[in-house]
Amino acid sequence: MPSTEVFLKIGLNHYLFLSAILFSFGMIAVLMRKNVIVMLMGIELMLNAVNLSFIAFAKELGNLNGQIMVFFVMTIAAAEAGVGLALAVSVYKKYKELNIRSFEQLRG
Amino acid sequence: MDAHLLFAILLLAPLVGFLINGCNFKSHNALLAGSIATAAAAISFICSLLLVGQLVSLPENARIIQTTFFNWIPVGDLNVTAGLVVDQISAIMILVITGVGSLIHLFSVGYMSHDARPAKYFAYLNLFLFNMLILVLGNNLLMTFVGWEGVGLCSYLLIGFWFTDPAKAAAGMKAFVTNRIGDAGFLIGIFLLFTTFNTLNYADLAARLPATPEIGLMGPIALACLCLFIGACGKSAQIPLYVWLPDAMAGPTPVSALIHAATMVTAGVYLIVRMSAVFMLAPAVLHIVAWVGAATVVFAASMGICQWDIKKILAYSTVSQLGYMFLACGVGAFHAAMFHLMTHAFFKALMFLGSGSVIHGMHEEQDVRKMGGLKKYMPITYITFTLGWLAIIGIPPFAGFFSKDEILWQAFSSPLGNKGLWALGAVGAAMTAFYMTRLMAWTFWGKPRFGHDVHPHESPLSMTIPLMVLGLLSVIGGWIGIPHVISEVLPFHPGNGLEEWLHPAIAHLEIPHLEGGEGLEWMMMGVSVAIAAISALFAYDTYIRVPKRAEMLAKAAGPIYPLVANKYYVDEIYFKLIINPLVDLGKRLWFYIDINVIDKATYLASDLVNGLASFVRTIQNGKMQQYALYMALGLVLMMTFVLVGS
Repeated sequence: MPSTEVFLKIGLNHYLFLSAILFSFGMIAVLMRKNVIVMLMGIELMLNAVNLSFIAFAKELGNLNGQIMVFFVMTIAAAEAGVGLALAVSVYKKYKELNIRSFEQLRG
Repeated sequence: MDAHLLFAILLLAPLVGFLINGCNFKSHNALLAGSIATAAAAISFICSLLLVGQLVSLPENARIIQTTFFNWIPVGDLNVTAGLVVDQISAIMILVITGVGSLIHLFSVGYMSHDARPAKYFAYLNLFLFNMLILVLGNNLLMTFVGWEGVGLCSYLLIGFWFTDPAKAAAGMKAFVTNRIGDAGFLIGIFLLFTTFNTLNYADLAARLPATPEIGLMGPIALACLCLFIGACGKSAQIPLYVWLPDAMAGPTPVSALIHAATMVTAGVYLIVRMSAVFMLAPAVLHIVAWVGAATVVFAASMGICQWDIKKILAYSTVSQLGYMFLACGVGAFHAAMFHLMTHAFFKALMFLGSGSVIHGMHEEQDVRKMGGLKKYMPITYITFTLGWLAIIGIPPFAGFFSKDEILWQAFSSPLGNKGLWALGAVGAAMTAFYMTRLMAWTFWGKPRFGHDVHPHESPLSMTIPLMVLGLLSVIGGWIGIPHVISEVLPFHPGNGLEEWLHPAIAHLEIPHLEGGEGLEWMMMGVSVAIAAISALFAYDTYIRVPKRAEMLAKAAGPIYPLVANKYYVDEIYFKLIINPLVDLGKRLWFYIDINVIDKATYLASDLVNGLASFVRTIQNGKMQQYALYMALGLVLMMTFVLVGS
């Protein structure tokens, strides 16, 4: 089965590379997009890219610490998404749009 | 009483008076302010009397009382204490300062009764007394310098007391700036003495002096003496720094009497007498002192002849009389300088206060051309002024005769003196008699020349009492220094008490015995009295009996009269040669250096910072995404650094 050989060849580098690509996409979304929801999605993407490299290292080094860390990250990501979405909803109620620029008007 | 306590009260009484009146400077109560100030001065006078009493009770060669309040500047070799000392010299000074000072304070109570800010005036007056006492009591040059600067400040404040008049404010400034020139000299002199002898204390200094005099002007002692003399010239209004004193008459008249006649202007003479032992080591400098003094005598007296302002006449007279004191110092007759300082303080304070009384009675009129015949209206002022007049022109047995004659005799007979100095002094005496008689004639004698709306009146008692006391002193003040030749023919042989008193404290010349000296001294005495009397009679004749002669004389003098009447254009020359070029230089420096170089350099620096900041400012724009970008970029940079670096 030639197809399984491909999977056997997948090593740490591939995971890290994918993780880096995902992280970059997430970051680009955060930096470039104006829509708050999309930016929150970008942040989720970045967090999960990091999770991916944690898992990859955990597997490679045979150490569970990385996996434990991933649980923490997921928990925080959930909390962050909750707060972020709540903010997005309240800003939408006020400005009838979800542009990140709306947040600039909140400064004291 | 304990000497330490006496010193403290003597010095602090005027300071306390200054503080009381100074804290209450808006008060309009002239009587209260004046009483406080006068009481402070009187307390000082009583303390001075007690101190001098203690001094007299000491044996003759140990007459010195000193005390130290605290260690003022202990730095390395320099160890200056805030110490006070009373010896024979400062005893005379403190008696004159506090005694005449108290009388002038009393006079001021009446004189300043209508002023808007009497409390301020009396506060300044007391501050002046305090500083003057520091000046004469300090046991080292630095203490003297502190007092020296303090009296300069008070002089400035009091000359410009009516500062709303720009001319008077300018007069104060002129006095201050001119004195700065002298003070710079004084300070350099102090530095030179310190580097030479490593001490500033008078007693230590006297102990460390070398035995042989220096020759020429370039030695350290001679240079130091020269610098001290420049300082004395500034304070005591000698050529070429005398120009401030006539203008200083802008101040209230009692101030002119106290500061610009009796006490402060004699500080220069005091300094030279105090440093007499040092000056004796520099005969070349003494020679300069004598000639400058003699030149000032004649120069100032000639200007006094052509003045119309009663106070200006007295001011030039003061400059001229100070010249006599310097002449005495210059020929090594320091006791004669102190003697004339004292008698001059009496009769000149008297005449200034008398002129103050006249000005007060004439409703602020100072021009003698608008006076005349005042002896009928102001009898007490007239009689006391007459005593001062007789004293200053040197008629025996009034005070001025003994002191001036001693100076003239010393100028003639001393090894440092010569006939030229004596001749200048004698010419000065003739001029003094002339302008003083002229002043008497224009002010008190002759017919009244003021309008019918002016009603001159005698001054109140608070003003006439000081006049009477000073009048008495102008008569008897000279009797403590009767020359030996006269003393021998008098009953009881009073002797030259002042010279004996001062003898241990000042330096002396070895005076060779003159053959027929006594006859010569009698003759010189007769000559000087005759000169004064003839000159006074001539002036009386000119101004009372033949009024046209004055104009004829002025015309006959041709271009000399306007030259003298305009004070030899000295002010104009100073402006043209020194002040205007300096102002011009200052303006050029301001324009070319300050504006074009220094200002531009600072602008450049600020522009650089501004430009950089305007760039950096764009980074902080409040845009969240850009901040995130910077963070990301920073992270990338840091990682690059870590990766590449490792």
